[in-house]
Amino acid sequence: MGGFALKTGRALLAAVTLAAPAAAEIAVSVHYLQLMVEAPPTLSNLDPVPEDLGIAGATVGLKDNATTGRFMGHNYELTVTRVEPGGDFLAAARAALTETSLIVLDAPAAAQLAIADLPEAAGALLFNASAPDRALRDADCRANLLHTLPSDAMRTDALAQFFVKKRWDDLALITGTNPADQSYAADLKASLAKFGLDVNSEKTWAFDADMRRNAAQEVPLFTQDLRDHDVLLIADEIHDFGRYVLYNTWDPRPVAGSEGLTATAWSPVVEQWGAAQLQSRFEDAADRGMAPKDYAAWAALRAIGEAVTRTGSGDTATLRAYILGDAFELAGFKGRPLNFRPWNGQLRQPIPIVHPRALVAQAPLEGFLHQRTELDTLGLDEPESHCTAFSK
Amino acid sequence: MLLHLGRNTSLATLATALTLTAWAPAPAEEIWISNEKEDTLSVIDVATLEVIRTIETGERPRGITFSKDYSVLYICASDSDTVQVMDPETGRILHDLPSGEDPEQFVLHPDDRHLYIANEDDAITTVVDTETRKVVAQIDVGIEPEGMAVSPDGKIAITTSETTNMAHWIDTETQMLFANTLVDSRPRHAEFTAGGTELWVSSEIGGTITVFDVATQAEKAKIEFEVQGIHPDRVQPVGFEFTGDEKTAFVALGPSNHIAAVNAKTYEVEDYILVGRRVWHMDFNTDKSLLFTTNGVSGDVTVVDVASREPVKTIKVGRFPWGAALRP
Repeated sequence: MGGFALKTGRALLAAVTLAAPAAAEIAVSVHYLQLMVEAPPTLSNLDPVPEDLGIAGATVGLKDNATTGRFMGHNYELTVTRVEPGGDFLAAARAALTETSLIVLDAPAAAQLAIADLPEAAGALLFNASAPDRALRDADCRANLLHTLPSDAMRTDALAQFFVKKRWDDLALITGTNPADQSYAADLKASLAKFGLDVNSEKTWAFDADMRRNAAQEVPLFTQDLRDHDVLLIADEIHDFGRYVLYNTWDPRPVAGSEGLTATAWSPVVEQWGAAQLQSRFEDAADRGMAPKDYAAWAALRAIGEAVTRTGSGDTATLRAYILGDAFELAGFKGRPLNFRPWNGQLRQPIPIVHPRALVAQAPLEGFLHQRTELDTLGLDEPESHCTAFSK
Repeated sequence: MLLHLGRNTSLATLATALTLTAWAPAPAEEIWISNEKEDTLSVIDVATLEVIRTIETGERPRGITFSKDYSVLYICASDSDTVQVMDPETGRILHDLPSGEDPEQFVLHPDDRHLYIANEDDAITTVVDTETRKVVAQIDVGIEPEGMAVSPDGKIAITTSETTNMAHWIDTETQMLFANTLVDSRPRHAEFTAGGTELWVSSEIGGTITVFDVATQAEKAKIEFEVQGIHPDRVQPVGFEFTGDEKTAFVALGPSNHIAAVNAKTYEVEDYILVGRRVWHMDFNTDKSLLFTTNGVSGDVTVVDVASREPVKTIKVGRFPWGAALRP
C-alpha cells in the first residue's frame, strides 16, 4: 500500500448457513478505491460533501448481496481504500489488485484510465462509479472498465427529451468557467442538436463577486440581454453560482440543467418502482439521502452480486461475460430491468428528471423510440460511439 | 363512470356485454379494496358494482384478508407497523396484532389462526397467532419480502423476496426454511395450485412466472408474456389468481395496463385484457364469474367478465388501490 493510502474500513459480513446451500461456497471480495479530490471553492457552504459519498452506497449494495449470499453459501467482502489528493493511487490500485480483481473506482477519468491500463488490471473488472465523461464511453473506453454512473450525455439527452415533449423550443444557456461546467455545456448542446433543438443565446458566468449578497441586483442585468427563451439552462456542475440565478432572472422563466430541473442518476425524491425501500435502507445505513454516486456504487455491487448469484461462480471472466450478456438484468428501482451496453460497458438506465422536492418525469419519455430499447435514446448509441475495446 | 375500452371494443359491443352478461350474485356480496395512499378501504357491492362504503384504516393499507368465517378482516397497515383486525360489519378496529415492522402482505394459514406476514423493511417473515395475539416465530428471509402463500395442506409457507430474488420455503411445523429457490428479478406474488402440487411465483422485473414442482422444489416451467405494442420491459407480472376450476390464471401485468389469461395446464397465454393503469392485485366474486382488479395509478377497479374475458365496468375507488378481498 502506498504511503498516502489510507485504509478506512473493512466490512466483513459473515455467512450464516441456512438449509443446504444450492452451490459450493464462494468468497467474493470487492475493493472500493477512492482517489479523493480537492473540491473547488464555491460561494455557498449549503451542501457539504458527505464523507462517505459513494462508499455508503457500496456498503448497502454489499449488505443486499450478503443477504442473498447466505442462502447460497456465497460470502461477500468489501474493502475500502481512500487515497489522499495527490497520493499514489496507482500503488493503491496495484495493492488492491493483488487481493481482488473486482474494483469499484471513485476517481476522475484520467486516474481511472491509468488504473485500467495497469498490467495487473488486464483481467480485472473495474466499475466506474464517479466519472460522467463522454470519452470513457467513447474512444477512451477500456474493456475492463464498466460504467454504472450514467454519462453526462445520458443526463443531457434526458433533459432534451423533456424540452421536446414540453415544446420548450427556445433555450438560453449560462455556462460557468470550471472544466466540468464546460464539458457539461458541450454535452447539453450536443443533446439539443440530437433532438432538433439549439440554444439561441449564451453567456459565460465569470464573476468573482459574492452573489449571496447581490444576486438580486446582478442577475437581472446579466440575463436581460438573453434572447426570448422558454427555459434558462445553467451549466454549473460544481454548483457555484447557479443557485443564485433562480427567481432573479430578468424574464420569469424556469431554470434547468445543473440547477432547478435536473436530470440525474438518482435522487432522494425517487420513490416509485419500489425505490422507497432502497431509499429507506440507505437512510437507515447512512443517515442521509442517497446521492447519484451512492447509487452508482450500489449498482456496481449489485451487478457483481447478481452475476455471482446467477452463475454460481466467483471467477472474474465468467462474471464479466454474464454481466455483458443478454441474460443479465438488474432490478435497479427505476421501473425496468437494467443491463449493460455490450459496445461500451455503460449501464443502461432510465434517468429521473427531478426538482428538489419531486420527480417530474423519467426519461426515456414516451414517444422517443429506438429499434433496440428506448433506453438507448439516452447517451452514446452504438453507431455514435468510437469505442472498439469491447468488440475484440 | 370511467370505462377502459379495448382497442377493438366499440361502445355497441360493450353495451351488449353489459346487458348480456348474466351474473346472479349472492345477497350482499362485496369486494373490499385497500387504498394504499388514502388510508382507506373501499367496499364494492357486487350486485350494483358501486362503492357503498369507505372505511378508514391505519397508515398505508396493503394486504387484506378475511378470516375463514368472514367475521374479521385483517389489514396490513404498513406504515403503522401493525396488522389491524377489523369488524367488517361496523368498520371498527377491534385490536392490533404484533406484526413486525412494515407488514406488506400476508397469508392466513388454513388453520384460520396463524398469519404469515412479510416485513418488507426488515427481511423477516413474522408468524402471528391471531388468538393469543403473540408472535410465534420470526424467520430471516431475503431483502424486501413480499409475496406470501401457504399450501392447501398448511405444511408449507412461502415468502418471496424482491431484491434477493428468491422463493423461501418455510416448514410450518418447525418455522424453519427448508429450501430457497431463485426466480427472476423482483418476485412479487406466489400461489399454490393444482391441488398444492405446483407453486407459481411472478417476477415483476424479470417479466415471468416461474412454476415449481412442490415435491422437489424444482423449476417446472417458465411463463413469459408479450403484449403487442408494449416494450417487454414494461410487461411486469405481479398479482395473479386462479379460476375456480384452476384451469386459468389471471395475471396482472403492472404498467402494461393489461391482465393475461394463462392456461394453467399448458402454461400458454390465451388472452390479454386491457384494464386500468398499473394493475396490481385482484379477486373474484363468489362464483368466480367476475374478476376485480386494482389499478394503482388510475385509482380504480376494473371488473372483468370471466367467461367472455371482457372488461365490463370501471369503478372509481380511493388513491392507489392495492389489495382486493371478497366478502360473500
